[in-house]
This record gives sequence, structure tokens and C-alpha cells, in this order.
Amino acid sequence: MELSQFTAHELLDKLKSQQTSSNAILASLYARIQKIEPEVKAYVRVQEAENPALNYSLLGSLKGLPVTVKDNICTEGLPTECCSKILQGFRPPYDATVINKLKESGAVIFPLKANMDEFAFGSSTENSYFGPTRNPWNLDCVPGGSSGGSAAAVASDEAIWALGSDTGGSIRQPASFCGVVGLKPTYGRVSRWGLIAFASSLDQIGPITKDVQDAAILAGIICGYDPGDSTSVNQGVPDYTKSLTGDIKGLKIGIPKEYFVAGLDAEVKTIIEEAVNKLKNLGALTNPVSLPHTEYAVPVYYIIATAEASSNLARFDGVQYGYRAQSDNLMQMYKLTRAQGFGQEAKRRIILGTFVLSHGYYEAYYLRALKVRALIKRDFDQVFQDFDCIVAPTSPTGAFKIGERMQDPLKMYLSDIYTLSVNLAGIPAISIPCGFTKKGLPVGLQIMAKAFNEEMLFRVAHTFEQNTDWHKIKPRL
Amino acid sequence: MPIDKETIKHVAHLARIELQANELEKLSGELDEILSFIDKLKYLDVEQVKPASHILSLSNVLREDKPQVSLSPNKALENAPSKKGNFFSVPKIIE
Repeated sequence: MELSQFTAHELLDKLKSQQTSSNAILASLYARIQKIEPEVKAYVRVQEAENPALNYSLLGSLKGLPVTVKDNICTEGLPTECCSKILQGFRPPYDATVINKLKESGAVIFPLKANMDEFAFGSSTENSYFGPTRNPWNLDCVPGGSSGGSAAAVASDEAIWALGSDTGGSIRQPASFCGVVGLKPTYGRVSRWGLIAFASSLDQIGPITKDVQDAAILAGIICGYDPGDSTSVNQGVPDYTKSLTGDIKGLKIGIPKEYFVAGLDAEVKTIIEEAVNKLKNLGALTNPVSLPHTEYAVPVYYIIATAEASSNLARFDGVQYGYRAQSDNLMQMYKLTRAQGFGQEAKRRIILGTFVLSHGYYEAYYLRALKVRALIKRDFDQVFQDFDCIVAPTSPTGAFKIGERMQDPLKMYLSDIYTLSVNLAGIPAISIPCGFTKKGLPVGLQIMAKAFNEEMLFRVAHTFEQNTDWHKIKPRL
Repeated sequence: MPIDKETIKHVAHLARIELQANELEKLSGELDEILSFIDKLKYLDVEQVKPASHILSLSNVLREDKPQVSLSPNKALENAPSKKGNFFSVPKIIE
């Protein structure tokens, strides 16, 4: 077995007992990348990559273990372009808080960054300026998105583990499509400082890993209060690895009926039902519950997320960083820079977001969406009064074909139907592998818990994982 | 609510994006479809609901007004497409 194939916790054991070294692990990753990256394309700027000195803190617990980072998280001196032409050549003058925390913990920041939909706008990684990533389980399919590069890299052993970001499902949906573990932490749990903003009231950074234990370790490192992010919450971070007890006896699990309606693929439905039965056999008590405003999550999300994006992306105007179009006239310079620098989906969202915030439409769209958001959150609050967690599919289908949904934005938006509510409500959720379709594509099980109860997610996810073999199956590449 | 091309042109101007004629055509169809989907929110009674601009109960988070180290002008200008001295440089705006 090659070093790149191990989980992070297995490698940490090897590093501690000096059976391997950080350099040997890096060499193994590079060998793997050399071999399969031309097919998978999980990373960007591979040709122009430099090999910076890989110094790491000897004091930390990670002992030089490399971490792969999505292209929208600022890494000092390392190109960070959000897979957009408009950030061409941008090298952040500072590290994101999560990168600082990783470095202090002794991690090596892997010098190649992971592919993504431009500015995280998408569910397939096809909106990347660098071209699409392919699903390691079927190269004709998308890896999901927007953190498709991170998920595909982890699934294909081109990364040990990775960071993604999740605004409406961008960690969980690709994790589901690629057969790996993906956690969207509670809003406010992880600092957003240095994460290039998409929708500031929804964005969270989180881990994408080969198993639940790795997710618990990585979450433990990146979570925590940061005065640099005014929405970061000052609350202690528990040792998440202590939640890996393997015991879910007596836990009350809600199964939301609105997640098992028309649109859910029949095969996925059966796989999820089998997973729910497994949880029951392991001692959990399952009951149907209702989240009545689920059907409004997609419209609410696409108003709030585009509104916030249109405002956040105003900073890309050719003045401070990135691409600039040539013009003698300032207004024309702005307009041409943004016309040439942004891709189609970014323009679509900026214009939709500007529209819903504009005079005469604000109340009908934006304000109304904020009110329905309150109702969606209330649905969850009510269920969590009686239940420990909620279990549902992560995505209504397995991975779809490359190109299949590119000409139909609405259909693409609907692929996030089961993940958006979690971001709107601010709660944490995890996706773990729970089976395969007949075509051999992975299916993810989503577990949701109330705010700041990541421990519940790890406990349930770990118990399920340790009693199944789905996470051990690797794609043949 | 349907969206016409004049509105899209106006919004694109507000967003400082120069749209080509074919882009305008395509966008108007797509936005129409997205907006008619979004319109289902209209039928929900939200009269008594307080808007959730944020899901945390945090408000007015302030920090102490203490001087601290910030980026040096050199570092802040490192990524500038065009600069002069310690400033970002843009096309002339005063004749």
C-alpha cells in the first residue's frame, strides 16, 4: 500500500513512531498526482507550480502531514485565484485563520490548490476557469461542487485530507458524489477570515476526509473563536475524537418526510432507507418528522446567496488585485474588467443578486426571503426539541454527467435541494458514504444536528462507518 | 414578476458589468425562469414573521480601539495591476 492511500490518523501514527516522514508522504502524493492527475484534474495550476520550502512547525501534533486547500482560502504567497480569471495572479499577502491554525499544528500546506467552481458558484466544478474536475468513480461524471477538487483529490488519494467551503452544500454534495466524508460546521464555529467571501451569512470552511476520525481531528484544529471574524462565536472547542464512541443506543433520529418526495432517485432512496435501518439495528430510535418549509429552501437560498454575493464581489474591479482590462475611462475599465474577468455563472448571480436588492424589488424578494429563512430555521428548532439528529440523503441523485446540467441553471440549482436548508438554518451537517448505485457511483448519507453539536454528528457518523465497509472501497483509476 | 431587458441592462450597469447583446438575450430568458421559480415565496404568509438577517444572536460585535500592526503599503500594493508610489493607480477621472 502506498503512503498516499492511508488516512491521516493512520499516517499520524506512522509519523509518531517514526515509520515514515513528511517528505516520504509528500513524495507519495506527488507520484500519485503524476500518475492520475491528467485524468482527474483535481488540482489547478499544476504545470506552473513551484515547490516552496515545506517548513513546518515541529511543535504541533500533525508532524508535517500535508493538507490540501481549496483555491478560495488565502495562503500567503501561494496563488489563490478562486478559479476565476478576475483573480489571475493573486498571491495573498496573508494566511487565512484556518491556515494559521494548521501551520501552528504542524501541518504542511500542500502547494497545489484544489479546483472549484468559480467563487464557489456551482454544484459540479464545471464553472472553474481552469476547466472541470472529473469524478474518480466515473471520469465522465462531475465530482460535485463547488469543492469538487478537494473531494476528488481525497477520493483518488491525491490528497490525504482537504479543506473545502460550504455555502449551500459545497462540501457535503461533492463528498457524497466522491464517496468521502464532508463536514459543514455550525455557522460561527470556524473563522471565515481569509476565506474569499461568497455569501457571508452562509459560508463555512470544513474538512473533506477519508473517514470520520480524520474529520474529527481536522475539525478540532480549524474550529474556534477568532476576533478577526466578527461572526465567529466565542465558545470552547471540545475534543471531537472523544465523540467517536461507537455507541448510538437510544438516540432519537428524525427522518424528514419532505426529503423523500418526487425528485429523489429511486435507487438513492433505497440506499438511504437501508442506511436508516442500519442505524436502527445499531440501537437508534427513528421516527418520521416534518420540516414543512423545505420546498422554499431553493428560492430563499438563491435570493440571499446571490444578494450577498453581488455585494461581496463588488471588490473585484481591477484596482487592487487580479485582472484589469485596459481602458482610458475608469467606468469602462470597471465594466470591461468585470465582463472579461467573471464567467457566465458569476455574472448571472451578480446580476440576479443586484436585482433582488435593487430599489422597488428589495421587499418583494430579499426581505421576504429573510422572513422565510426564519421559518426554515424554526422548523429545525422544533424538531431538535425532541430529536438528537436528523438523517436524510445528501443529494437526490448520484453524480451526473459532465455537461448534463450546464445549459439549465435552474436544474443545477435543484441539485442542492437537500443541503441548502442546513446553511440557511446555520446548523452543522456531515455527509458520509452509505452505498453505491448500480452504475457504481457513491451515495452519501447526511446527518444534521442542532447548532454547535458537531459531537452528535461525529458520534452517529462514526458508529455507522465502523459498522459498514463503504468507506473502505476505493475507485479504480 | 417578469424581468425585461431594459431592467437587466440597468441592473448590469449598477453591477458594473458590460453585457454583450447575446449575453443579454440569454440572461433575460434564464433570469425569467429563475424568478418565476422564486415567485412561489409570494404565496406564503409572512406578515407576522421577523426577518432572519442572521442566524446567530450576536449583534454589534466591537473590538477594542487599539493600534495594531497592519499590512505595509508595499505588501498591500504587491498585487496591484497598476501603482504609482504608495498608491493604486487608475485611469484619470478628472479632465
